[in-house]
Amino acid sequence: MQQIPDVIREIPLNYYVWFSTALFCIGIIGVLTRRNAIIIFMSVELMLNAVNLLLVAFSSYKADPTGQIFVFFIMAVAAAEVAVGLAIIVMIYRNIQTIDVGLLNKLKW
Amino acid sequence: MSLITLIPLFPLIGFLINGIGFRHVPKSLAGLISSGAAFASFACALTLYLGFDGQPQIVHLFDWITVGTLNISMSFQLDQLSLLMLLIITGVGTLIHIYSIGYMSHDEGFGKFFAFLNLFLFFMLLLVLGSNYVVMFIGWEGVGLCSYLLIGFWNKNSNYGDAARKAFIMNRIGDLGFLLGIFLIISNFGSVEYAEVFSKVVDGGYSSGDKTLFYITLLLFVGAMGKSAQIPLYTWLPDAMAGPTPVSALIHAATMVTAGIYMIIRSNIMYSLAPETLDIVAWVGLATALLAASIGLFQNDIKKVLAYSTVSQLGYMFMGLGVMAYSSSFFHVMTHAFFKALLFLGAGSVIHAMSDEQDIRSMGGLRKKLPITFITFLIATIAISGIPPFAGFFSKDEILAHVFEHNKLMWAFGVFGSIMTSFYMFRLLFLTFFGEFRGTEEQEHHLHESPIAMTAPLMILAVLSAIGGFFNLPHIFGGHASLAEFMAPLFAQSNIEHVAVDESLEITLMIVSVVAALLSAGVAYFVYVVKKNVPLADGQESGLQKVIYNKYYIDELYNTLFVKPISALSNFFSGVIEFLVIDLIVEGVGKTVKNLSSEARLLQNGTTGYYIFAMVLSIAVILVWSLKSFLLG
Repeated sequence: MQQIPDVIREIPLNYYVWFSTALFCIGIIGVLTRRNAIIIFMSVELMLNAVNLLLVAFSSYKADPTGQIFVFFIMAVAAAEVAVGLAIIVMIYRNIQTIDVGLLNKLKW
Repeated sequence: MSLITLIPLFPLIGFLINGIGFRHVPKSLAGLISSGAAFASFACALTLYLGFDGQPQIVHLFDWITVGTLNISMSFQLDQLSLLMLLIITGVGTLIHIYSIGYMSHDEGFGKFFAFLNLFLFFMLLLVLGSNYVVMFIGWEGVGLCSYLLIGFWNKNSNYGDAARKAFIMNRIGDLGFLLGIFLIISNFGSVEYAEVFSKVVDGGYSSGDKTLFYITLLLFVGAMGKSAQIPLYTWLPDAMAGPTPVSALIHAATMVTAGIYMIIRSNIMYSLAPETLDIVAWVGLATALLAASIGLFQNDIKKVLAYSTVSQLGYMFMGLGVMAYSSSFFHVMTHAFFKALLFLGAGSVIHAMSDEQDIRSMGGLRKKLPITFITFLIATIAISGIPPFAGFFSKDEILAHVFEHNKLMWAFGVFGSIMTSFYMFRLLFLTFFGEFRGTEEQEHHLHESPIAMTAPLMILAVLSAIGGFFNLPHIFGGHASLAEFMAPLFAQSNIEHVAVDESLEITLMIVSVVAALLSAGVAYFVYVVKKNVPLADGQESGLQKVIYNKYYIDELYNTLFVKPISALSNFFSGVIEFLVIDLIVEGVGKTVKNLSSEARLLQNGTTGYYIFAMVLSIAVILVWSLKSFLLG
């Protein structure tokens, strides 16, 4: 049985960097272009996971477990955040019968 | 609690009850409370006087200000001077309170009036009781405030308000001098307690004519000028007659205006070592006495005549102080309090009977309708004119005798002033009470003698005016000069060297001034009773008479010299400085920020996508910025 860090190290580090950069950019573009709150939410998750991936990759290459512990924290916090976020979206829907963020423009001067 | 502390406490309590309970305390009670408070103080003062053993007492209440080595305490001092002042203030004050119950009975602000009167008594008592200059200053300011409140008592008339402001401002000018004097005392002697300051003056080896003492005494005298209405700060007093008549009697004749004299007598040790200041005091007093008396000759308002007469009599007192005749001046303060209060109250009784008419040209023949007022007014007139054996004769002649020792020319002017005094007072008496009635029929119909609350004080004061002179009967009439003897310890350290006046010379001087006074009374009788002259209507005077009638245009002069330049300066400041500095710079900063932010807030447009875009863009910028060395190599 191969150790997971060894498996990870079979792919060069550059690939991880480029891949998570791509993933992160897709997330950003999703957040910027879409108006549906749930899609925006998913894009945010994508960005988070891009970061997670990068952390795990570096942790394996450096043989330092700190990065992986960090990832666990991020996942736990993200789970809590999803619960709160989805609850907010539900409330928005109940109030204005839509989850289009473009219509949520009351919060201005 | 000692009796000394009770004396100012009673009027303060009276003020609080009437002031806080104004409109709730019934009228009958308000007058009673106030008069009761005044009388209680009088009773305390009298008890203290009877039990006084000649030793000054100091009652320490609490330490008030302690800065470094300077300690200013709230404490009272009881000695010969403050005792006599207490008796005058509370005694005359009580009578005037009682009188006011009758005089003000129809007034809406009855309770307020009594509250103010009591507050005045409180501050006046504080002024004379304080054992240091700072407590005196509190009282000094307090009586100024009460004077302001009471002159403008009928505040619906804006002229009265102006008169009140004038009095206040004039007094403030004087107060500044007083305050500077106190500062100078602190910096030189490190204390404000009378006892300490005076012992330092005595032990400090100051020679006569010392510069420090000269400046201190001069500054204190500036304070006295304001409060006691001397040239050049006297113009407020005649205008102060806008207040209700009892106020004129209490504050602007009998008590408050004598505060300056009290202060100089209190500081006599310093004054006696400053002969230059004494000269200034004497000449200012003489000039004031003459100027005011000459203006009094042609005034037609009954209260204005009395006001100028007050200014003139105060001038005599200062003249006496200037020649170091301190006890004589104080004697005059006392007799003046009696007869001037009586004159004002009598005038109030006349005004009351005449339905608020104050012009003596519309009076005449009142002696049959107002017999009590007439007789008491007559006594006061004789007293102020210096005709024996009434009070004014003794005190005025004592001052004049001391002036004669000092300077013969000054004495001649003084006698000339007393001739004018006699003339204008008898003119007032004859025009008011003799001849035919000149008012309207309606006024004649309403003529009535005043109620007992008003006539009783008149009668008491008349008795005092008649016999007041015997309190200090000079040796030549077989008296003991008991007042002077009583006050002697106050001046023990002053080294006053009086040349004993030759008795025959003193009698000659007296005869001269009495004959002069009688002659001018006779002239007044001839002009206004035998010839039945009535002063001309306004605007018909000519020549010198017109100048005097218009008070030598002093008010106009002050207006041009001080008021107009200052208001021009104020206009300049409000027009230019206000516009350029305040509006343009100070407000400009605020306006710029406000304009900028009203543009900037448009950034916050409420669209979520826009915010996110801004956020991402910012992150990108930060990223590029922090990685710039890495990216650019």
